[in-house]
Amino acid sequence: MYTDKVVDLHDAIAAHVHSGDTIAIEGFSHLIPFAAGHEIIRQGIDDLTFCRMTPDLICDMMLAAGAVSKLVCSFFASGSAGSLYEIRRRLEQHDPAPLEVEEYSHHAMVLRYHAGAARLPFLPIRSFAGSDIPKINPQIKLVEDPYSGGTTYVVPPLNPDVTIVHAQRADADGNVQMWGITGVQQEAVYAADRAIVLVEEIVDREVVRADPNRTLIPAHAVDAVCVVPQGAHPSYVQGSYDRDCAFYREWTPISKDPQKLREWLDTHIRSTRDHEEYLDVLGRERMAGLAVGPRPSGSVDYGRRLLGTETAAAAAGEHAAARSGGTEADARAALASGVGSTAGSGAGADKDGGQA
Amino acid sequence: MMTPEQTTPEQTTPEQTTAEQTVAGEQAVAGESGAGAVAPDYSQTELIVCAAAKMLAGKRTVFAGIGLPTLAVDLAHRTVNQDIQLIYESGVSGAHPEAMAEGIADSVVVSGAEAVVSMQALFGYVLQGGNVDVGFLGAAQIDRFGSLNTTVIGDWDKPKVRLPGSGGATDIAANAGEVFVIIRRHDLSAFPEAVDFVTSPSPVLAREAGVGIQPQGHGVSVVITPLGVLRREDKFGELVLTHVHPGVTVEQVRANTGWDLAVAEDVRVTAEPTVEEVRLLRDEIDTVRLYLR
Repeated sequence: MYTDKVVDLHDAIAAHVHSGDTIAIEGFSHLIPFAAGHEIIRQGIDDLTFCRMTPDLICDMMLAAGAVSKLVCSFFASGSAGSLYEIRRRLEQHDPAPLEVEEYSHHAMVLRYHAGAARLPFLPIRSFAGSDIPKINPQIKLVEDPYSGGTTYVVPPLNPDVTIVHAQRADADGNVQMWGITGVQQEAVYAADRAIVLVEEIVDREVVRADPNRTLIPAHAVDAVCVVPQGAHPSYVQGSYDRDCAFYREWTPISKDPQKLREWLDTHIRSTRDHEEYLDVLGRERMAGLAVGPRPSGSVDYGRRLLGTETAAAAAGEHAAARSGGTEADARAALASGVGSTAGSGAGADKDGGQA
Repeated sequence: MMTPEQTTPEQTTPEQTTAEQTVAGEQAVAGESGAGAVAPDYSQTELIVCAAAKMLAGKRTVFAGIGLPTLAVDLAHRTVNQDIQLIYESGVSGAHPEAMAEGIADSVVVSGAEAVVSMQALFGYVLQGGNVDVGFLGAAQIDRFGSLNTTVIGDWDKPKVRLPGSGGATDIAANAGEVFVIIRRHDLSAFPEAVDFVTSPSPVLAREAGVGIQPQGHGVSVVITPLGVLRREDKFGELVLTHVHPGVTVEQVRANTGWDLAVAEDVRVTAEPTVEEVRLLRDEIDTVRLYLR
C-alpha cells in the first residue's frame, strides 16, 4: 500500500520537472524550497511558467538563470529586503527580454490553488470591483451570481504540473508534517499533478502517527520526498533555523548588477554539485549563526479506545500522567507503549522526543 | 503586508531622509494634545506613529504590515487600547514576539502567538469574512477618494517603476471595516488627480464600475502624511484635510496635492508625541531602532 518515496533531490527534479512545465513553488517567507530552485537551475530546465504568491529571491535567481518564461504571482518584492532587480529589469526595461506576467491579489492566488485542489471550474471573490487588476489580467472574469442576480469576479483553478514545498519532516511514506506559517502549501500540493516535498528530516511513522493533526499533506498527495537539511536557506524553518536576513540584504546589490548576479549563480549554484556543496560555498559558520533556541509545543492527548479488560479507573491514571505537562519521561513512556502523544513535535525537540 | 514605500528606492530615499529630520522645537499649538508633556525632541516617524496610535482607540482587530503600522498598534496597546489585536497576512493572529520582528512572517511572530492559520483561513474567513476592523496600507499614489496605487508608475506593460503590486492590499481595501494609510511622501506625484494604476479602489470607483461585489467596508478613512492628516467621513466622500503637523501650513499641503483639496473648517495641529509616548517607542517597543530611524 505504501512505497518509500524518499529520493535524491537531483533525481526528483529530473523525474518530475520538465522544460515548459507549469510549476508552483510555495512557502510564504517561511519554508521556501530554495534548494529545489537551485537544482532546477543546475539541470538547465527552462521555459517554466512559475507560480508563486510572493516571488522572493528564488524567483530572481531562476529568472536570471533563464529558467522562467512566465510569472504568475500576486506580489513583486521580497518581503523586508526590497526590490527584486532581475524582475524589475525584465518588466521595466524588457532587459534582456520582456517577461510574461499574470498578476493577482493574494486572496485571488489562494482561491486559484483552492479551486485547483478541489477541481472546481472557478471560485468567486469579493475583491476587484473598481480595480484595474482585471483590466490587465483577462483571467479574472466577471460572471452573474445565479443567486443574488448581481455580478461577481471569479478566478480560475491553478493546476500546476508540479508543486514543490519544504517542510520540517515526513515519514518515508510521504506523510508531511509542518508547523509555523503554513501558507498555501496544502492547497498548492493538492492542486498539482505531481508533488515534491523537501524535508529537514525523515522520522519514524510512529512520530507522525502520534500527532496526525500536524500532517498537512498526506502521503497520497506526494510523489517524492527529498531529505535536504537547511534546504530552505535563506528562508527559514520554524524550530530548526532562522531566516538569513543578512543574505536578503546582501541580495539587493547582487541583484542590482546583472553581471554580479550571474557570477553569483555560477559560483554558488552552477559550480556546486548539490545543496551540501552550496552550503560549503556559503560557509557552514553562516548557517551556525542562524541557530534557534528551543520552544517546544505542549503535547495533546488524542486518547485511545479502551480494549478488553482495561478499566476506566486505570485509564484515568494514564490520562493524568499524559496530561501532567508533557514531560520528557511522559513522552518517552508514551512512545515506548506506542500510544499517546509525543513531544517530538516542538521547536528544538530532538529525535528521541525529548527536549534539549 | 505591502508597504511599497519601504520596498522601492523611489520611496525609501525620501523615507530615510525625512525620518532623520526632527520637527521638534515648534511651539505647542492649541488643539488636540496627548496627556503629558510634549517630548523635547521627536522624529517625524514618531509623530506619525503616535498620530496613528491615537486613532486606533476603540478598534478591535487590525490587519497590519511590519514597520510603522506595527509600532502604532503596539503603542496603542500600551496607551489607548488594551484590547487591540494584530493580524498579519502570513496567518498569525495575536503575535507576542520576544524580539522586534523583521517581517510579517518572521519566526518570532509565530513563537508564542495566539493563533497561526492557513492563508485560506486568513484571507477567506478572517478578512473576507468581515473580522478585520482596520487595515493598514501603504501606497505610492492616492487619489482624492482614497484609491491606492501600489502596482506601477507609468504603464503596466512597460512601467517606469514596477512596484510590489497588490499582495493583500486589494483584498484588504475590499473587506476591512476601514483602511488607514500611512504615506511617506506628500507631493504632486504621490497625490495626483488620477493614480497611474488602481490597485485598491475606493468605494467611489467600485460604485462607478457598477460590477462585482461592492466593498463591505468604508474604504480609506485616514491618511497620515509627512505634512498632515486627511480623513474621509462619508463612504462615498472625498478626503478632507483635518490636521497639519507642527510647522506646516494649510497652503503648503494644498500646494502639494494634485487636486483642489478640501479643508476642514477647524483644521488643527497634529498632537505632538509626549515624553511618555516617545519613551515607550524608544525604550520598550523598538529598542533596536529597526523602524524608528
